[in-house]
Amino acid sequence: MSLSTEDVKRIAHLARIEVTEDEAQATLQKLSGILGLIEQMQAVDTAGIEPMSHSQDVTQRLRDDVVTETNQRELFQSIAPAVENGLYLVPKVIE
Amino acid sequence: MINASLKDLATALGARQISSVELTQLLLDRIARHNPEINAYITLDAEKSLAQAAAADVLIAQGKAGPLTGIPFAQKDIFCAKGWRTTCGSKMLENFVAPYDAHIISQFDAAGAVNLGKTNMDEFAMGSSNETSYFGKVQNPWDRARVPGGSSGGSAAAVAARLAPAATGTDTGGSIRQPASLCGLSGLKPTYGVCSRYGMIAFASSLDQAGPMAKSAEDLALMMNVMAGFDSRDSTSLQREKEDYTRNLNKPLAGLRIGLPKEYFAEGLDAGVAQVVLDAIAQYRKLGTETVEISLPNTQLSIPVYYVLAPAEASSNLSRYDGVRYGHRAAEYTDLMGMYCKTRAEGFGAEVKRRIMVGTYVLSAGYYDAYYLKAQQLRRLIAQDFEQAFKQCDVIMGPAAPGTAFKTGEKTDDPVAMYLEDLYTIAVNLAGLPGMSVPAGFSNGLPVGLQIIGNYFSEARMLNVGHAYQQVTDWHTQMPKGIE
Repeated sequence: MSLSTEDVKRIAHLARIEVTEDEAQATLQKLSGILGLIEQMQAVDTAGIEPMSHSQDVTQRLRDDVVTETNQRELFQSIAPAVENGLYLVPKVIE
Repeated sequence: MINASLKDLATALGARQISSVELTQLLLDRIARHNPEINAYITLDAEKSLAQAAAADVLIAQGKAGPLTGIPFAQKDIFCAKGWRTTCGSKMLENFVAPYDAHIISQFDAAGAVNLGKTNMDEFAMGSSNETSYFGKVQNPWDRARVPGGSSGGSAAAVAARLAPAATGTDTGGSIRQPASLCGLSGLKPTYGVCSRYGMIAFASSLDQAGPMAKSAEDLALMMNVMAGFDSRDSTSLQREKEDYTRNLNKPLAGLRIGLPKEYFAEGLDAGVAQVVLDAIAQYRKLGTETVEISLPNTQLSIPVYYVLAPAEASSNLSRYDGVRYGHRAAEYTDLMGMYCKTRAEGFGAEVKRRIMVGTYVLSAGYYDAYYLKAQQLRRLIAQDFEQAFKQCDVIMGPAAPGTAFKTGEKTDDPVAMYLEDLYTIAVNLAGLPGMSVPAGFSNGLPVGLQIIGNYFSEARMLNVGHAYQQVTDWHTQMPKGIE
């Protein structure tokens, strides 16, 4: 499979990373190398093999539905880029 | 003192030959002298370290000391430590002061250990040379023009240069074992799920595992006693009985069956490294072990499989860095989308962006079955290779890395060449098995590590295997020149 710089820009946008034209060019070459490496997988027939998402065969634990965390809003917001009245500030989303 | 084992340090502290404050200050002085060049540490906080040391001295005086009380440890900068800047090697977290402790950090604190500082690492643990760190490259103490390996390169360099008695690391595809090999250290990646991932900044969650890096297998065992254990805050932490990892250290090795995978001695392995590894195996035969040739036929596939699964998981994990709640935010933007895109373009380095984009691509609409699902199917084949192999042997041995430490800059322009550094380590992460590297000698003056792979939960036996070798060799006590 071969990628174009348009593909790179589309992927970068999906990943929410701004790229310049030059960066898209440079990234194209390196991503193509990596995807070429990944392509080796297609040589193996994996029909009927159960996918493995995790190395241990365990089920998700559930805990009791009780409050375990204390309110640390001020501590957590002290490291935020922009807050006001206990709220995180972001650019206007709804007109 | 700087080359002492953890056990000897504990004895010296207990006998009041040195206090924890004195030991911590001695190491801080050494760091002040050597770190400007080696760059093993990103963040130091002498006040905090010395306060912990003073508290440890009180415990020692009261006779309440445990095996690690008062001993300083370097902590990889991937572990959140409350009140400490925790960067994960990234500009994105340059000013992030962690508001809570990782489980591993709490465990060291509870043991009365001292946090000596946060060590340098590849950005978000993505790299095999420590060159992707936003905070600069790290020198290999054995040859300052060479890399220490990665991603736990700062931890490895710190211990190798005797700027810490021991350190923590994390291993997603070889990030403990490869730098241990390149810096002449012992390093253990435990079975997946043995050490809690709580507060350990996520890269690829189904592969990430914390582990100890130290001079000897015995030191690793003492650290594992503190690091391992169930933690309900990590949903993949395994509920198991608490183990004493030192319990088997002195067991004889007679009758141990060592599997030698033919794929680990094939093309791609440096001849000097191969010789050192074969000499180590000859030494093991003298200890009464047997060797058996085995095959791990899907070894080559582990690299492409890893470079689908790890970036896919990373692209998801790193989506949290959006400039809203913590971390870097771009100074200028016009709307929310622009803020996200600029923040992430500025905050992440080139390799991290590449991996996020690979992950985004393989997970994007229409490609899931061809890449992600396919990789998960192959992951099972890779795990089954080990399952078959362990019917014939008790441990597997081979090289930890295909070569010795390479020159800084040698592989930075070729991601694929860099990825091949992890050829012998990645499959172990995919299978979730424990793997270890112990110093086995030198090739052209550079350290070579012997990798020991065990079956699930066989860490105590593997540490025994490493310790027995270290009773008849002295590679693990050798120090680089120029670190006086």
